[in-house]
Amino acid sequence: MDYIQPFNRILLVGCNECVTVCSAGGRKEVGLLSSALQSAFLSAGKSIDIKEHTLERQCDPEYVEELVGMMDGVDAVVSMACGCGVQEVARRYKNKPVFPAVNTKFMGASERQGVWAERCQGCGNCLLGITGGICPIARCSKQLMNGPCGGSTNGKCEISKEVDCAWQLIWDRLKMLGQEERYLDIIPAKDWRTAGGGGPRKIVREDLAG
Amino acid sequence: MKTNSILEKVLANGNLAVTSECGPPRGAVPEKVKEKGQLLAGFVDAVNVTDNQTAMVRMSSLGASILLRQMGLNPLLQMVTRDRNRLAMQSEILSAYAHGIDTMLCLSGDHPHFGDHPMAASVHDIDSIQLIQMVKTMRDEGRFQGGAEIENPPKMFIGAAANPFADPFELRVMRLAKKVAAGVDFIQTQCIYNIEKFETWMEGVRNRGLHEKCYILAGVTPMKSAGMARYMKNKVPGMDVPDAVVARMAAKPKEEQAQEGVDICIETIQRLSQVKGVAGFHIMAIEWEKIVPQIVERAGLLPRPQVA
Repeated sequence: MDYIQPFNRILLVGCNECVTVCSAGGRKEVGLLSSALQSAFLSAGKSIDIKEHTLERQCDPEYVEELVGMMDGVDAVVSMACGCGVQEVARRYKNKPVFPAVNTKFMGASERQGVWAERCQGCGNCLLGITGGICPIARCSKQLMNGPCGGSTNGKCEISKEVDCAWQLIWDRLKMLGQEERYLDIIPAKDWRTAGGGGPRKIVREDLAG
Repeated sequence: MKTNSILEKVLANGNLAVTSECGPPRGAVPEKVKEKGQLLAGFVDAVNVTDNQTAMVRMSSLGASILLRQMGLNPLLQMVTRDRNRLAMQSEILSAYAHGIDTMLCLSGDHPHFGDHPMAASVHDIDSIQLIQMVKTMRDEGRFQGGAEIENPPKMFIGAAANPFADPFELRVMRLAKKVAAGVDFIQTQCIYNIEKFETWMEGVRNRGLHEKCYILAGVTPMKSAGMARYMKNKVPGMDVPDAVVARMAAKPKEEQAQEGVDICIETIQRLSQVKGVAGFHIMAIEWEKIVPQIVERAGLLPRPQVA
């Protein structure tokens, strides 16, 4: 609310992809946030005009182009997409302030209804083939690549009973696969260039990029 | 001999080695380091200097190690991978060696969750096993991890920790095997209260012949009170304090509990001296350094050998 306090006409933009699946920024959440903001501003003695729109994909220029006709009538944009969507809107509409409405946290999977947990850090040099399909980079609190620390207790991480010990999971899985000896292979120090250590990352598919 | 480390010489001569530790102060107070060093001088072969232990900011391990070195002690530089990337770690190893510090311990470190800066980012550029590999490459190949040659490579006697009591237990011997394969020279274990479980672990260690490839120093910590025993049993991750030990402490009146803790510690040392593959003891008297001389003496570990 602090972000948009100075503005009267807002365009609230959702995205139909990941944030919809995660119930964070799809059409439904756009509607909910819009009415919540209007009533909050109303009770603070201010009326605010909020236009709602949800794009098929907010990280793709061709969909973001759809917003062109709506831009003249608004003072600022609030995006409910992930950080990629927010930045794509900001890149296309350089003269409009754009604010994020969600805090993008991680790439994860749904553990059960309403619960999502981190699975991948996008480090660009995948270890899953040798760690039983469980990622120690994303799922070990110390990012240990060669086994559990001394704090693993009853399958749980020392930082919380709510967090599984990734190395317990890896070990259980290696046993199920009959690959216990694989644990003895030392995973060497990682080259973090593919994980962002080499600067912002880009993928170019020559066949598609032309 | 791989290094000039006194600890290496003591172990290579077949003596039971004795190490202890000094936690640096939470302030720029060199006197406190020197005071602790003074208490341990002559009673131990090397003094571990912890590195922001329990993720609380303290004087650096290197800074406090230099102070101890200047007193003529043999500091054992602890280094955690939590706070520094590989550039910072390698430069610190060079600094340590330039100050005559030739023994170190490679650790991943306690998670910031437990300390007073839970909002800090952990580094973990490399893990403890990769740190062992890096220090060994620096020593044996005279190269940095990035491949470039080192002028006057640091010859470090390389240690690491092992926790025989953490889960999954069946993996614990293999984890040590990995540290040995990475190039570790000696191991200091987690505090031992559950002697049977430690002996089971040692059997696994001997079955893989690991006790012949590295020196294993058994970790012991004297308990000051029954309260401390309960705390360690229930609150410290990876610690195994059997009920019988807690009960034995609690059976004594409060003013006798510290002495009981010392007795248990000495009995543990004497029993573990008989375990094949135990090469020495690491006495972690947390903020109780002054008790170490009594433990070393009563355990029959004096005088310390002169090997220089």
